[in-house]
Amino acid sequence: MTAPEKPAYRVIGTRPVRPDGIDKVTGRAVYGADVRLPGMLRGIVLRSPHAHANIRGIDASRALALPGVKAVITGADLVPPGKTLADVPDLASNLMATTKVYYRGQAVAAVAATSEEIARQAARLIEVDYEVLPAVLDVREAMLPAAPILHAGLRTRGGDPNTQTNIIAHHVMAVGDAEAAMAGADIVTVEGEFKTSMVHQGYIEPHASTATWNPDGQITIWTSTQGSFPARQNTSAVLGHPISKIKVIPTEIGGGFGGKIAIYLEPVAALLARKSGKPVKVQMDRADVFEATGPTPGTSIRAKLGATKDGRIVAAIADMAYETGGYPIATPANYATMVAFSCYDIENLKMDGWDVVVNKPRTQDYRAPSSPAAAFAIEQLVDELSEKLGIDPLALRLKNSAREGTRGPMGMPYRRIGHEECVQAALDSDHYRSPLEGANKGRGVASGFWFNVGLRSSVSVTVQPDGTVSLIEGSTDIGGTRASLAMQLAETIGVAYEDVKPTVVDTDSVGYNDVTAGSRVTFGTGMAVVEAGKNLIKEMSGRLAGAWSVPPEEITFNAGTFSAGDKSMTFKQAAEATVGRGPGLTVSGSVNAGFLQGGGFAHHIVDVEVDPETGKVQVLRYTTVQDAGTAVHPAYVEGQMQGGAAQGIGWALNEEYYYDDNGRMANSTYLDYRIPTTLDVPMIDTIIVEVPNPLHPYGVRGVGEPGIVPPLAAIANAVYRATGVRQHQLPMSPRRILETTDAMKA
Amino acid sequence: MQARAYAAPPTLDDALALLAEHGADARVLAGGTDLIIQVRENRRDVGVMVDVKAIRELTEFTFLADGSLRIGAATPCARIYGDSQVARRFPAIIDSASLIGGVQIQSRASLGGNLCNSSPAADSIPTLIALGAIAEIRSKRQEREVLVEAFCTGPGQNVLAADELLVALRIPAPAAHSGAAFQRFIPRNEMDISVTNAAANVTLSADGQTFTAARIAIGAVAPTPLLVPAAGAALVGQPVGEAAIEAAAAASRAAARPITDMRGSADQRRHLAGVLTARVLRTAIERARAS
Ligand SMILES: Cc1cc2nc3c(=O)[nH]c(=O)nc-3n(C[C@H](O)[C@H](O)[C@H](O)COP(=O)(O)OP(=O)(O)OC[C@H]3O[C@@H](n4cnc5c(N)ncnc54)[C@H](O)[C@@H]3O)c2cc1C
Repeated sequence: MTAPEKPAYRVIGTRPVRPDGIDKVTGRAVYGADVRLPGMLRGIVLRSPHAHANIRGIDASRALALPGVKAVITGADLVPPGKTLADVPDLASNLMATTKVYYRGQAVAAVAATSEEIARQAARLIEVDYEVLPAVLDVREAMLPAAPILHAGLRTRGGDPNTQTNIIAHHVMAVGDAEAAMAGADIVTVEGEFKTSMVHQGYIEPHASTATWNPDGQITIWTSTQGSFPARQNTSAVLGHPISKIKVIPTEIGGGFGGKIAIYLEPVAALLARKSGKPVKVQMDRADVFEATGPTPGTSIRAKLGATKDGRIVAAIADMAYETGGYPIATPANYATMVAFSCYDIENLKMDGWDVVVNKPRTQDYRAPSSPAAAFAIEQLVDELSEKLGIDPLALRLKNSAREGTRGPMGMPYRRIGHEECVQAALDSDHYRSPLEGANKGRGVASGFWFNVGLRSSVSVTVQPDGTVSLIEGSTDIGGTRASLAMQLAETIGVAYEDVKPTVVDTDSVGYNDVTAGSRVTFGTGMAVVEAGKNLIKEMSGRLAGAWSVPPEEITFNAGTFSAGDKSMTFKQAAEATVGRGPGLTVSGSVNAGFLQGGGFAHHIVDVEVDPETGKVQVLRYTTVQDAGTAVHPAYVEGQMQGGAAQGIGWALNEEYYYDDNGRMANSTYLDYRIPTTLDVPMIDTIIVEVPNPLHPYGVRGVGEPGIVPPLAAIANAVYRATGVRQHQLPMSPRRILETTDAMKA
Repeated sequence: MQARAYAAPPTLDDALALLAEHGADARVLAGGTDLIIQVRENRRDVGVMVDVKAIRELTEFTFLADGSLRIGAATPCARIYGDSQVARRFPAIIDSASLIGGVQIQSRASLGGNLCNSSPAADSIPTLIALGAIAEIRSKRQEREVLVEAFCTGPGQNVLAADELLVALRIPAPAAHSGAAFQRFIPRNEMDISVTNAAANVTLSADGQTFTAARIAIGAVAPTPLLVPAAGAALVGQPVGEAAIEAAAAASRAAARPITDMRGSADQRRHLAGVLTARVLRTAIERARAS
């Protein structure tokens, strides 16, 4: 289990200053809402006050009559030629409703006017005739035959073609015979039912898009997005407009965590721009962000584990229901089956995953999507098992850990992974070895997994005459990837980090890039960068071969120096000699890094204190351990680990979509949707483990996501130790703690 | 913003004249930390904003000859808790004034605004009630005084007529061997509206062993902050100790008439009314014994 020797790197593993740092700390960085164009109008979206309703009609005549109003659009503007309202696909109707609204906050119309105030006033003048329908907000209730049906045409994938349902898909994953193994003599079992609430990613920057639509059909969109190319693709699909006539310019992005993968405002701004003939900016306020973007599903998970008395987990069963919000998507529960037991090597597995529509916003990915809720259930059961068996919770995890060769997600055997190393590092940590003393305190641990993705990336690299290089990227930078990619290029071509200038450009200016998500950019776009670097060396060797009059094969490149016989040049000298006097030089690197990336693991330790009278949980100490493969920029790896833990603390303790009886989210502000403040989060200690990823030239693993997986369960386990009561439902707010302990019975 | 006009009268008389002229269409602007947000969120339509921060009498505080403290209604919290005499003699005021918002908010927000906004969860009102504070109210028509405990009449509602202005809050001099304290419960450690809050003001016998007077007030458990006379009665004449404290806490629980919402459940708030009553009592007793 000893980690393989790490090669000696020159740039990788250092902590240089980020290229976007100065702009951000001096307020010069241009975010979505900062875009201003001459003659620009402001757009406002009118949203549904109802969670579930038929739209019988929309009358915008009073709004259009208001001076200053330049355009109004509704779902009717999305109808493809020769089709009807009912034919508008989900992708489009989610951002402008057609015949029905499926959740409160869904867009039903939009206005462009000369000022935001006028646009707001006009939006209030639009009359929408709703037929209000009963709403269903709970995932298990939505699965019942008597539940209100959201989509009349929805059938469970592969299910009965004649039965209306809210169940989109039933994913089944079975290996061995879990029921039989569970029933074996001498098998110790633990089981429970766990619920998590819908939560939001909670990025700082609300969505904002600005668009122009030229008379020649050319659309330009400035937007805050996790993926300018998918945004272009989706906008093209919604508008029925060719991608060649759409340019997406990504602005700086104030957080996304999965919530800025989908499009919301891009086609709306574009349509308003076409109708008004002017540039239009549309931005959301915080309530819009909560009610009308893509939070992560609420879940209900029933699970059971069976182990031998000496602590070998032999069987696991889980029934996992995930909400998808108002529109059918078949990924959340499918992901759950890919991650729920992936930290362990278990012979017999049975998993049922249910994707279910409910009258809430259409869900989106949130950092390691589906995994934290699954871990909340499974890692509490592992904890319970360790208590029942009298085995240290970390020792139990080590004993059952997945390792190279263990069957991983989608049935594929793992390559080299680092779960064992993470658990071992936790066992050896100062935190785990320091006793926790005092009443009402408890320590919890939990593991976490995220599969990480590869996908497609392209970059180009231009050599400047002074020997510096420009790195042209299309992956929007959320987590410091301009730095982590520039570092990989510097490492590959043997120049200083400072000599690489990374820039994120628009969709017309670089090859295709998938979204910045799935912890893939430093990994996947990094592979494209390494490839571009290699191409560059090859190209320069070719040019030097000409200059030196030697065959190109005789030129070697080593530690930043080209040499052949007694001739040698550093990269910089070579650049000056070739590009400085010859034709310009641009190369590219493009990869399809596949779907799965090899897997990232984390392990967390947390100490809490619970006020027995008020139910308030205070996090006292927190340590995160994570396998980064190779930590390209260790400070950013630590930042990702800490960020995941901090968001996990919020999710565990206070965050939830709190609905009133009418399906109205009652806490759509940061006052009442309680993400943690600095006073709620202690310093989060980090231990980076490095088990190089065999799939990446430098051994990189995605690090953005595994860190949010363990906190929910780790904190629940700590609360259990502090109070003696297992927590089956999130959030573990003071109210819930009071309700589940006997504090209020006195 | 939906405010149509703004005025900053230099004198009290000017302000009262404006209020008399515009009636319900006018709205007093102190720190604006409630009002401006309400206007911006279209929860309130204001014709004339009457900014009272230019009026000296409303923005300063003075100790009167009898030892009482008179706080101009628009004095920012930061000015109050920055004063060492207030800190020494009225620590419960500091408890409240120092946790309303962060530093920026405290540099604007006033106790008068907190009271006139009349939120059931306001963090200074239980303190003012426990201390027996008096609201000095004026209009062009009349001048009157109302006990703070009788000031609020419902969520966002109070005894002020449209032309009336709260001029100052007067807090009686603390009795010998007395102490007061305020606490709130919030789920996070900052940035929340009280789920429940409570204040206590107790006077002990010279030997510090018996309660001779007590006033308990609780907030966010009813349409208005509540004085709980039964909690005070449960203490007076009793030896200082956990038995009396628990009796007072039980009286607070019984007086609470809370609702369930996104900030907390009715049961939780009722329970917290007891917990916080006991906690503020313990601090108040400590302060009384140290005085
Ligand atoms: C970020 C933030 C945090 C906050 N935190 C807290 C908190 O922790 N606890 C808490 O209790 N509150 C909190 N508040 C609310 C607010 O700050 C307080 O209620 C504050 O005391 C209001 O005072 P103000 O001077 O700003 O009042 P204003 O907003 O100016 O006025 C409030 C209301 O009272 C009326 N009014 C003001 N003065 C007078 C007067 N002299 N005569 C007649 N009517 C008058 C106004 O017309 C208005 O209706 C917070 C607000 C913000 C924005």
